[in-house]
Amino acid sequence: MISLVLIESILQAAIAGLLIGSVYGLMCVGLGLIFGLMRVINFAQGEFLMLGMYVTFFFCTTLGLSGSLGPVVGSLVSGVVMFGLGMLIHKTLLVKSTGIRVVGTEGEGHYPQLILTLGISLVVANGALILFGNVPRTVRTPFSSTAWELAIGNDFMLFFNKARVLALLVSILVAIAVYLFVQRTRLGKSLRAAADNAAAATYMGIDVERAHRISFGLGAAVTAVAGGLIASYYPFQPYIGLDFVVIMYAGVVLGGLGSMIGAFWGGLTIGLIQQMSTLFLPLQLQNAMIFVVFLLIILFRPQGLFGKNVERV
Amino acid sequence: MKSDQPTSQVKTIVLLGLVYLLLAYLIDDKYYQLILTVVPIWAMMGIAWNVFSGYSGLVSFGHAAFFGIGAYTVALAMIYWNLSPWLGIPLGTLAGVVAGVLVGYPTFRLRGVYFSLAMLAYPLTLLYVFEWLGYQEVTIPMKREDGPLYMQFASQYAYIVVGILFLAIAIYLASRIHGSRFGLSLTAIKQNEAAAEAAGIDAARWKLKAIMVSAAIAAAAGGYYAVVLIVVTPPSVFGMLASAQAMIMALFGGVATLWGPVLGALILIPLSEILHAELGNHIHGIHGVIFGLAIIAMILYAPEGIFPRIRDAINKRRGLVTVADDSRRTVNVPPVDESQSRPAVSQEVALKVNHLSRSFGGLKAVSDVSFEVYTGEVLGIIGPNGAGKTTLFNLLNGFISANEGTVQFMGKELVGLKPNQVCRQGVGRTFQVVRPFPRLSVLQNVVVGAFVSQPDNDELAHVQAREALARVGMLEHEKVLAGSLNSLELRLMELARVLAGRPKLILMDETLAGLGAEEVETMLAVIRRLANEGQTIVIIEHTMQAMVRLADRFVVLDHGQVLAVGKPLEVTKDPAVIEAYLGKKWMEHAKH
Repeated sequence: MISLVLIESILQAAIAGLLIGSVYGLMCVGLGLIFGLMRVINFAQGEFLMLGMYVTFFFCTTLGLSGSLGPVVGSLVSGVVMFGLGMLIHKTLLVKSTGIRVVGTEGEGHYPQLILTLGISLVVANGALILFGNVPRTVRTPFSSTAWELAIGNDFMLFFNKARVLALLVSILVAIAVYLFVQRTRLGKSLRAAADNAAAATYMGIDVERAHRISFGLGAAVTAVAGGLIASYYPFQPYIGLDFVVIMYAGVVLGGLGSMIGAFWGGLTIGLIQQMSTLFLPLQLQNAMIFVVFLLIILFRPQGLFGKNVERV
Repeated sequence: MKSDQPTSQVKTIVLLGLVYLLLAYLIDDKYYQLILTVVPIWAMMGIAWNVFSGYSGLVSFGHAAFFGIGAYTVALAMIYWNLSPWLGIPLGTLAGVVAGVLVGYPTFRLRGVYFSLAMLAYPLTLLYVFEWLGYQEVTIPMKREDGPLYMQFASQYAYIVVGILFLAIAIYLASRIHGSRFGLSLTAIKQNEAAAEAAGIDAARWKLKAIMVSAAIAAAAGGYYAVVLIVVTPPSVFGMLASAQAMIMALFGGVATLWGPVLGALILIPLSEILHAELGNHIHGIHGVIFGLAIIAMILYAPEGIFPRIRDAINKRRGLVTVADDSRRTVNVPPVDESQSRPAVSQEVALKVNHLSRSFGGLKAVSDVSFEVYTGEVLGIIGPNGAGKTTLFNLLNGFISANEGTVQFMGKELVGLKPNQVCRQGVGRTFQVVRPFPRLSVLQNVVVGAFVSQPDNDELAHVQAREALARVGMLEHEKVLAGSLNSLELRLMELARVLAGRPKLILMDETLAGLGAEEVETMLAVIRRLANEGQTIVIIEHTMQAMVRLADRFVVLDHGQVLAVGKPLEVTKDPAVIEAYLGKKWMEHAKH
């Protein structure tokens, strides 16, 4: 009997891991996009996620959308909002230390960006605290605390939280849409060209600055959508970005910096590891577990499990 | 650098410390006194970050790890062992040093952003671990009797005095690093790690030393933070803001300057605390916004920080120019004494290369290469582009490891040594693409190379560096920033950096590349003078004409293999060599 209980809890943890991991995957795609398309390490990505949560929250509460699909609509709206905000942040701040200006300043060029985005992260997180207060919020819907049940025989009963299943579906759809956009469309191709060789792309008539702006907005938007989806089952406050930024980096590094598909699988894997760790670790150590995994990945396989290009030097 | 510097630094530190204490004494308000107590703590954190990241260029996002370890050591030692912070802070400092080694050792393998991201994970892991251990809120117990023995004082002023004492020690430590071999080595590593290694700087060792000092200062700051604030929570000491604040003080004040982090703390801490006091009750998070805006503004408008700006402005007013002026000077190469004949090349083998091989994937870049270099000889390694010449040098000086073969230098095996160890054995090298430390002066560039032969004496290292500069005719340039030199001057400076280490053997990689006809003559004169002084030289070149005049013997490489070895005139007539260089078509012409 004990082993059956164990198997059941392992399965349940795996399901939880897949459900939450797919949303992690989506947020990692956002961060991975920004790195892959403009070689910027964006520290403020966690804050974009947090803003996505708040936009979704305010969208749903002001419009009184308490239906189960409310957060889905809200998260897509937050994506649009964050696309604009991302472009704005890029245009006003980031452009001064990225893109063409730092081509050729290998290594040292990254530090101003990294520190700049850290500054943005501090301002946004604390600004949000000033604006929104530190009361934890959630976007509650009928789906938030209900589950589909799957009985296997008489001994097994597996639960699928409805809000999480919905989040999984939307995550996968958005990730596929973004992937197709970047790979197939003309605009997507010009974004990649700007990433591969900014100088050459300029000679080919591509406005690299605009390409980077769009990439940054897109990355912010994708992560914000993921934030909106999580908001339907996860309480949040303005400092939540920091918890997720490490998850995102873990996922993106695991998937190999620069690879979009890798980023999704990386995020999914992190979700699985996190949920499986609940089987043998106390709750408080779950996040510590993610950091440890992150450290192990970065120390032993900085090119990622799925990655191709190594940028160690 | 100068012998009087440490004492003058101490005087400045004591003087400024007294001024601070005097001002603090005049301020009676309890709240402002608390702010003045916190300023030294964050100034120390700024110094801690600067000592490591500022000089080495490895940006740490995780100095909160050391800060928190210091804070918790002090608090827990007092609770469980009744240990006074007077001993607890040194204990915490020790714990910080241990943590520094444990963190540094694995993490130094990472470069750039990977290093920064990895550093982020350490304090955050500790944050959750300490929460799980049940230390969500640790309060230092009050001692009603013997307060001062437990660093508990009735007057806030006493806390300021103790804080300033700690800060003074930290500044003193930093001043010993700044401008010394320690700081210069780290700066060299930051600006060009490969060149620093080749010049004999043991990058791994200096980085480890730097993180140990840095972690010690951060842990002491954390320990005193616990004493002053009494309550320690994981987010307050291991949180992101603690790491960020350390970085911000240094960045705002001025990276890699001695007083920058202190200035940063003096401005930013009161500013944010006062705003927090005025608005904080309604507005949480004002700290973070201010710090965030401060670093955004710094990066965009004054990336070098406040302190350098102020210093330059003051110096300008005084009429001193610190930024080296880059007005053109001429290179004054001492003439070759033609009357003094060159000493004969000895029969003693200095360098013996045996069956050396290295392949990259399927490509055999260097394949079964063997040759000898005699003491006092100038050996030319020639061959067309892609023949494996530079790869051979990289094998000899340890940048890449050989698949097979041995290299004996003066009877010692070089294969398996790191570049700085090879340099220590007496093998210096220059690079095909010059690798200067662009933001150091010419003299500093060369001093870095001199450290290897003067392991203990910085002053002699400077003397040797200037001698080396004189030998290549660059002494007039000593104060110029390396970044503003032209290509001949860069090549000469790089050569001086090698000479300053008093090498027994110099490897020169395409020293003539990119030079104009006249500049080639100057360079050749310098090299010939070295040869006349009996210096053993191996030089790579693919232009034959210059080499025929310079080298005693040639080793010809093609496709990674030795094609011919011998006297220049013999080798240039060798059909195989002509074919490799010119192709079969020209063979017929060459015969006539």
